[in-house]
Amino acid sequence: MDDAGREERFQARIDAGERIEPKDWMPDAYRRQLVRMMSQHAHSEVVGMLPEGNWITRAPSLRRKQILLAKVQDEAGHGLYLYSAVETLGVSREELIDELLAGRAKYSSIFNYPTLSWADMGAIGWLVDGAAILNQTMLTKCSYGPYARAMVRICKEERFHEKQGFEIMAVLAAGTPAQRAMAQSALDRWWWPTLMMFGPPDGESTHNDQLMRWRVKQKSNDELRQWFVDLTVPQAQQIGLAIPDPELRFDEASGHWLTGPIDWDEFWRVVRGGGTCNRDRLEARQRAHDDGRWVREAAEAYAKKHRT
Amino acid sequence: MSAEQPDSQWPLWEVFVQEKTGDPHEHAGSLHAPDGELALQAARDVYARRGPVVSLWVVESEHIVSTTPADSPSFLEPGPEKIYRHPRFYTGPRSTKNTARKK
Amino acid sequence: MNALVEYLLRLGDDRLVLGHRLSEWCGHAPILEEDIALSNIGLDLLGQAAGFLGLAGEVEGLGRDADALAFGRGATELRNVQLVEQPNGDFAHTIARQVLFDTASLAVLEQLAGAKHAKLAELAAHAAKETRYHVRHGRDWFVRLGDGSAESHTRTQRALDSLWIFTPELLEADAVDAELGRAGIGADLASVRAGWRREISALIEQATLRQPEDPPYPATGGRRGVHTEHLDHLLSNMQCVARAHPEARW
Repeated sequence: MDDAGREERFQARIDAGERIEPKDWMPDAYRRQLVRMMSQHAHSEVVGMLPEGNWITRAPSLRRKQILLAKVQDEAGHGLYLYSAVETLGVSREELIDELLAGRAKYSSIFNYPTLSWADMGAIGWLVDGAAILNQTMLTKCSYGPYARAMVRICKEERFHEKQGFEIMAVLAAGTPAQRAMAQSALDRWWWPTLMMFGPPDGESTHNDQLMRWRVKQKSNDELRQWFVDLTVPQAQQIGLAIPDPELRFDEASGHWLTGPIDWDEFWRVVRGGGTCNRDRLEARQRAHDDGRWVREAAEAYAKKHRT
Repeated sequence: MSAEQPDSQWPLWEVFVQEKTGDPHEHAGSLHAPDGELALQAARDVYARRGPVVSLWVVESEHIVSTTPADSPSFLEPGPEKIYRHPRFYTGPRSTKNTARKK
Repeated sequence: MNALVEYLLRLGDDRLVLGHRLSEWCGHAPILEEDIALSNIGLDLLGQAAGFLGLAGEVEGLGRDADALAFGRGATELRNVQLVEQPNGDFAHTIARQVLFDTASLAVLEQLAGAKHAKLAELAAHAAKETRYHVRHGRDWFVRLGDGSAESHTRTQRALDSLWIFTPELLEADAVDAELGRAGIGADLASVRAGWRREISALIEQATLRQPEDPPYPATGGRRGVHTEHLDHLLSNMQCVARAHPEARW
């Protein structure tokens, strides 16, 4: 069978809802897209540990401290599951980390924003994890087996992440005036970047069509974004915080909450390196990597000496 | 990058988890470890911290011998051609009921 | 001073401070698997701290809960040993600190699991179960670092040399221990000392390291609120949000 025949057979498997497994034949472009998507996702989890890790030591109660530490620990685990999934496609974790630290691989740009108060922990859990859950729920149906299975595991663990974030915000919003102000400030700063997390509008998204055809994605960027807005606006109303969008309105005809315009200049500026924390995030990961080298080497040296 | 050895993230291991006694061990995923003892500890922290887990197996990925898609259909028999292996192939009187009276 | 309250504060503060130190590693560990492992141990310790401090507050009977004790006391009021407030240093330093502490902690908790105080015994039994795993992790790493590469060997020896001065305090007994021992509640630290020395000496040898000389003036005073200057910086960070909003709920 020639490549054209193989591609047809491959697409037929996709259309029939079959899962593609690591040793199956797949078009080079499919393999490349999946490596890109999965590794970006893995990098996002690992870099994502940093903005929240920033507040573990200052968490204001023992319960919050434990919850936040458990959440960030989960994120390490998610990164690990995802790196494992990429490795099924023949790329090593070493290579993936190398790409990240060299600035050749991307991670979700939301993590280039700074966490400036305890309330940011609430905003991130509620909004950023809330957004991630929608994306991840969709990906449990992804055509590539290892990715879908990693996503099922991640989704189970992710549910408490969003709930604890929303709980933090609700408690703050019902608290002292200073706490309420802290929560509103966090919502003001994290709302728009979260909407940008879903990526550029459908018309401008380069990989969208091909990924939908291969059933890697099932919903477009705009669909996911709208789904998120519709879920989240009532939640903000429920706890008495204001979405920072003067043009936000409910459209009776469609049944959707419509937002004002998203500042895509900001999105591109941050993606391309102009966010507040881009440099700090990579420096932190580079330092952990460099400082850890002697440890990793020591463990291997020991294993070599004591191999039975 | 210089010509030095690329940094190692340790060998890859596969993890199998048994949720309760009597269950088979199921593949949970993989992780990196320098040896079996640390692989077991990592497996416990990564794949068993939410429980329930009663047993963990870890094995270096390179030690797994597996079939490939090219192996089917010849290596892995696809359909129920040898249907005499299946109980439903058989007709005849149903098993007699155990009529032993309960004490 | 209520001896039981003091005793419980010691148990709680050790684990609060050490758990906090471990949480500082999250996102910065040598490999992803260790981010998860160190966080796991940190979580266990923080949970144990919440248990012991909560019980301390109950016994004290002045309306202070675990949070009030964790976030409302200053350096001179904390009752942890000086070992646990030492900064993390490098990975060898953290592992050495952990295994020295956990080996003593396990022996004490195993005794306390039989204490004539039901709630304390329950907390101790649960903590002992978790600590058994911490000891396993610590020992395995200590040996790999000591007997790994030339660099890891040097670093681990340096860590051991630096932390050894804090080890006698781990099993140092005073009037509080004596009073609780008489009540069948406290652990008998003297009975644990020889075992600890044996275990740690054997571990050091297995790790191909050199046991440091016993210090002429071991560190002491943590149980009475005398701490190294590290503790107050740790508390400033740990308590700042809680203290900025007194009476707030979180």
